[in-house]
Amino acid sequence: MLVAPLLLFVLFSFIVPIASMLFRSVENGIVQDTLPLTVEALQNWDETTGELPDEAVYDAFVRDMIVAIDNKTHTRLGSRLNYEETGMSSMFRRSGRKLGKMDPETDGPFKDQVIEIHDGWGDPNTWAVIKTHSPAVTNGYFLNAVDMRRTPEGAQSQPEDKQILIKLFGRTLFMSLVITGSCILLAYPVSYLLANLPMRVSNLLMILVLLPFWTSLLVRTSAWKVMLQQQGVINETLVWLGLVADDARLVIINNQIGTIVAMTHILLPFMILPMYSVMQTIPPTYTRAAKSMGATNWTTFWRIYFPQSIPGIGAGSILVFILAIGYYITPEIVGGTKGVFISNRIAYHISSSLNWGLAAALGTILLAVVMLLYWCYDKIVGIDNVKLG
Amino acid sequence: MKVTKTTLLASAVAAVAGGAMAEEMTIVSWGGAYSKSQLKAYHEPYSEKTGVTILNDDSSAEAVAKLRAMNEAGNITWDVVDVVAADAIRLCDEGLAMEIDPEVHLAAAPDGTSAADDFGDMLVSECYIPTIVYSTTFGYRTDLVGDTPPTSVCAVFDTDAYPGKRALEKRPINNMEWALICDGVPKDQVYDVLETSEGQDQALAKLATIKDDVIWWSSGSDTPQLLADGEIVMGSTYNGRLFSLIEEQNQPVGMLWDAQVFDLDGFIIPAGLSEERQQRALDYIFFASDTQRLADQAKWISYGPARSSSAPLVSQHAELGIDMAPHMPTDPENAKNTFLYNFEFWADYRDDIDAKFQAWLAQ
Repeated sequence: MLVAPLLLFVLFSFIVPIASMLFRSVENGIVQDTLPLTVEALQNWDETTGELPDEAVYDAFVRDMIVAIDNKTHTRLGSRLNYEETGMSSMFRRSGRKLGKMDPETDGPFKDQVIEIHDGWGDPNTWAVIKTHSPAVTNGYFLNAVDMRRTPEGAQSQPEDKQILIKLFGRTLFMSLVITGSCILLAYPVSYLLANLPMRVSNLLMILVLLPFWTSLLVRTSAWKVMLQQQGVINETLVWLGLVADDARLVIINNQIGTIVAMTHILLPFMILPMYSVMQTIPPTYTRAAKSMGATNWTTFWRIYFPQSIPGIGAGSILVFILAIGYYITPEIVGGTKGVFISNRIAYHISSSLNWGLAAALGTILLAVVMLLYWCYDKIVGIDNVKLG
Repeated sequence: MKVTKTTLLASAVAAVAGGAMAEEMTIVSWGGAYSKSQLKAYHEPYSEKTGVTILNDDSSAEAVAKLRAMNEAGNITWDVVDVVAADAIRLCDEGLAMEIDPEVHLAAAPDGTSAADDFGDMLVSECYIPTIVYSTTFGYRTDLVGDTPPTSVCAVFDTDAYPGKRALEKRPINNMEWALICDGVPKDQVYDVLETSEGQDQALAKLATIKDDVIWWSSGSDTPQLLADGEIVMGSTYNGRLFSLIEEQNQPVGMLWDAQVFDLDGFIIPAGLSEERQQRALDYIFFASDTQRLADQAKWISYGPARSSSAPLVSQHAELGIDMAPHMPTDPENAKNTFLYNFEFWADYRDDIDAKFQAWLAQ
């Protein structure tokens, strides 16, 4: 009973939104709801013949459109279909006014009149697109998310010059791994130092680790811009020292290096904290015992200390990797063109193109990939070996 | 002392009366200098006239997504939203913005010209009340271009004459058009060419010639910053940003008005407001989009008024005291070679070409 409030909170703030996102990636009721008669009439039309549908379809279409124009939903359908076939948006918008004035009882036959309004209606492909995307549940968004598309002939891959999403998924995973790796390398010595210094000193140093946490993410990322750009602090110093020629300044921003450097810095505390708390629990007596029995420093570290610190590395890696995979502000600012992640595309589809179905499909795939990797991690390392302290 | 008390009492009564009518509205805009210009030209005089309190929300960059989310949740908290034309068209198509009848909802010009004629071609969507014309154009470092400052937009593609990095926006819009113009396509045929797959490839091929020299920006403040740092030799951005860089911050930057692309910014009213709030929003729009108000905004920022009747009324900058007319993108001297952004084309082709463009960028 006591957990009920928390359970309800988690349910409504976490599980319900995720479920609705998953649902949005397959939901496609809009075509059927807006053009119910047309969709039904199109069932009797064979798109493979390459011929236009007959008068019955056009008649149904005019009736549907009159209702849709009344409710102002025809342009919404136009934008939905424009994701699949460029030009649909203006076709629906431009045809709206004239179609709305027609009277379905007296003005027929409609076929020629409708084609007169916009010649797009005289293209069999238009009707094929409507028919292909009429089911209320679609795999179209998921196909789009993996650089494929739904066509009357089944799933096909996108033209080569529009394939980008799989590449971005791959890049996101690869760069998140690199960032996790560089976080481990940097965080391990720092945590070791923190765990083995006297309390007073380590507390002071801990504040330095936590300091970035209290600074806005945007400020930290912008600071990296000042550091890394070609007229920035690092390049200026190198040129001043004579290590780099003035006309051959290093390009270390607006590419993958920029993203990796900035994100490693931003995510570093998430690696240090779990490592630190695990290392603190390692009793110093073990290493002393090993040394007293004649082990070298390296053997002591590698055989005694390191295995005991692995749970900290595991916890930190999972934290950093999962955070990195969903980052988008930092790659957007310092990533240029080669350092952006899949989440930048998700943000584009959520806020600019309003193609929420595709954004949901991309998000779902990302979620599935993370869970899959988590499962692999559990199989290989074992989740029991992860400790936060 | 007694006088003060009476005044206090009177204002308290007025406040209570005002509160009872819940005279409050939320207007969404872009923030920064732009919001300030609206505050001075529209909000303050309107509040003074009607007693309505105006709350500002700087969310215009996410307005489209947020309005859709509000619409789905059935709780619209915004009364008037400032968006660019392309977003207005999208909102109108999605049924998220209310349709406006210029003859009924907008004031006529002082000389009696109807609002529809006064705005003319600027009324690009049935839901949209444009207020300013801004342009996307190039700024260049005067100290980095030698003795021959660029006069043509094609200088952007000429890395021999103007070596160094250039900044372009990380989206296909405008860049594709400039690329085609500099590849020899006549201005009036650009969109016919861009409609075809070959035309899109042609534009990308032209952009590919400078791809290694481009820094791609995504926020309007990037190019001015990069110019000020000397990180780039030239870059595209909004003309108002360059104005503030040159006139207010005195940076060694010049403006290249050639082939500037006009775009609009203005108001929409979200669909589905209650009758009372809708009336208030319409009343505000009627006031804020009249001839004098649009001209007043130009005192604060170098964007041109969307009404033709406002242009002669544009005066001096309120703080710098310089004449604003020569800094307007619509000024005849600056508008010798302009390019008309085709809203309908981009409403159709934006997603398609964007996918191509992003794939090309990632190569």
